[in-house]
Amino acid sequence: MEKFTTHTGRAVPLRRTNVDTDQIIPAVYLKRVTRTGFEDGLFAAWRQDPEFVLNRPEYAGADVLVAGSDFGTGSSREHAVWALQNYGFKAVISPRFADIFRGNSLKGGLLTVLLPEAEVEQLWQTIERDPTTPVTVDLVERQVRYADVVVPFEIDDYTRWRLLEGLDDIGLTLRHADDVEKFEQTRPAWKPRTLPAAG
Amino acid sequence: MGRTLAEKVWQEHVVRSAEGEPDLLYIDLHLIHEVTSPQAFDGLRLAGRQVRRPDLTIATEDHNVPTVDVDQPIADIVSRTQVETLRKNCAEFGIRLHQMGDASQGIVHVIGPQLGLTQPGMTIVCGDSHTSTHGAFGALAFGIGTSEVEHVLATQTLPQYKPKTMAITVNGALPEGVTSKDIILAVIAKIGTGGGQGYVLEYRGEAIRALSMEARMTICNMSIEAGARAGMIAPDETTFAYLKGRPNAPSGADWDAAVAHWRTLVTDDDATFDAEVVIDAAELTPFVTWGTNPGQGAPLSASVPDPSAITDPGERGAVERALEYMGLQPGTKLRDIKVDTVFLGSCTNGRIEDLRAAAAVLKGRKVADGVRVLVVPGSMAVKRQAETEGLNQVFVEAGAEWRSAGCSMCLGMNPDQLAPGERSASTSNRNFEGRQGKGGRTHLVSPLVAAATAVTGRLSAPSDLD
Repeated sequence: MEKFTTHTGRAVPLRRTNVDTDQIIPAVYLKRVTRTGFEDGLFAAWRQDPEFVLNRPEYAGADVLVAGSDFGTGSSREHAVWALQNYGFKAVISPRFADIFRGNSLKGGLLTVLLPEAEVEQLWQTIERDPTTPVTVDLVERQVRYADVVVPFEIDDYTRWRLLEGLDDIGLTLRHADDVEKFEQTRPAWKPRTLPAAG
Repeated sequence: MGRTLAEKVWQEHVVRSAEGEPDLLYIDLHLIHEVTSPQAFDGLRLAGRQVRRPDLTIATEDHNVPTVDVDQPIADIVSRTQVETLRKNCAEFGIRLHQMGDASQGIVHVIGPQLGLTQPGMTIVCGDSHTSTHGAFGALAFGIGTSEVEHVLATQTLPQYKPKTMAITVNGALPEGVTSKDIILAVIAKIGTGGGQGYVLEYRGEAIRALSMEARMTICNMSIEAGARAGMIAPDETTFAYLKGRPNAPSGADWDAAVAHWRTLVTDDDATFDAEVVIDAAELTPFVTWGTNPGQGAPLSASVPDPSAITDPGERGAVERALEYMGLQPGTKLRDIKVDTVFLGSCTNGRIEDLRAAAAVLKGRKVADGVRVLVVPGSMAVKRQAETEGLNQVFVEAGAEWRSAGCSMCLGMNPDQLAPGERSASTSNRNFEGRQGKGGRTHLVSPLVAAATAVTGRLSAPSDLD
């Protein structure tokens, strides 16, 4: 995974709540067997509307998405994270993320930042007034900064460390392979196995 | 201090716990399907890693599969490639696969319980958010992303932060004609699509105890629609009776040892939950959604809400948007909403009891003119059982289409889709914009409401047919 320390870019206001993963990328776009090429499916239905915020020229090239509450609800498809990344987004800011989407984003290096609703509203107003406003998402300092505003955000130390170092979770777990082996010795014999196939 | 069911199952699976780090949890069962696994297998190959426990892993083909001509290759070349990729990966890594045409093929969350692989006290994961279904057995079961699928394949573990716990207590008895689908739709409308975020839900109370295993699965299945990754119900005699004799259930002395352990998997009397919601079953009625998320629902007797009566501007905007997408006018009686399609199926309501309930309504009746009705069993085993009972005849005589097993119109990855502007009553789990096909409009309903709606062509309950 690529390291994430700090990122500065322009931001796009997505004034919608409950942006589910079927909106982020509809199911018909999930048939690829690679991790790339999902940008075509990003917000596919909404992007057909020329007035949709991602289609507006003043937000072209913006790479921080600022959305309403409950972003990423629904399906567990990690393709939603890949679609946002493939399109160019580095970070998403919202007052609340769905758990699975948040987990997927932080595994894949797309920084999801929780800010209170009032702060999101203020950020929306700022970037609507001046779409060229640079917005900094700083994982080192755990801050979002723009204009003269500095807003702290919370993220647990472990996840922050993984992102700052760009560490691979599987590699981290494999350091504890002995613990896994020991645990396996203690599993009850009656726990089911899929092999050989019974019945 | 006492512990909740979720805490007990969690603690039994902690491989490693360290200050300031997520717990490393052992995973008892990993379910796989074609959509969320290819990139995970690629990751293994790139890193030169193996699947640690193929014997705790099982795969099926469900999301892309057509529900007609299942003995033919998949016509959609991209879908076919995805399915063939799963076949290659399972062969390479030694994973059991139930492919199209196989007697045990079906929706991943239908076949696990059916085979007896889903058991109380297990940790179960799948790259699919409706993995919460398996919580009906008192398992801790949750959906994961593809990176986590790769992690489980490689290590049979997952690093996880312990969630909070929320009790959903449903007291009393359900009135006639009210199902577990109505319970969960009412719960989601009450706590919202984010209400369960960060929690494991435990469904409790008399009304839950009285439910069959299949009805319990319907409730746990939609926990994710309230934002909770997992929902659980403590195992009891109903659970044990369902499991006994299934192909992968323990037998003989193992069965006794397992049941003795399973009986300990209840929330202690002195345990506390981080949050609690109480619902009176007697007040519930058939419930349907009118909007574009599963929290936007109301009793069938209600009307489409009026956004101008909502004071919160964000909420008002969300309702306005939903009504515009759904093509609905405020104040319209939900019973006056006409549908084009009825979909009976999915991991929420594609089990034999669901088909029986719908067939009982349709028996001797006809589908309304101009309404298309798709009946898609959740698995090939459900299909065979239904055919043994003659349910397929009831559906076909009423004018419905009898299909083979798969996810089908729940998410429209196969050819079963709504056309733009088309409206459905669907027993599935999500009414998101375009979920069932681009521009399609979905009303989530129970199998009973689906069947009655098929007859009248408008959102209806069986009691409307008398």
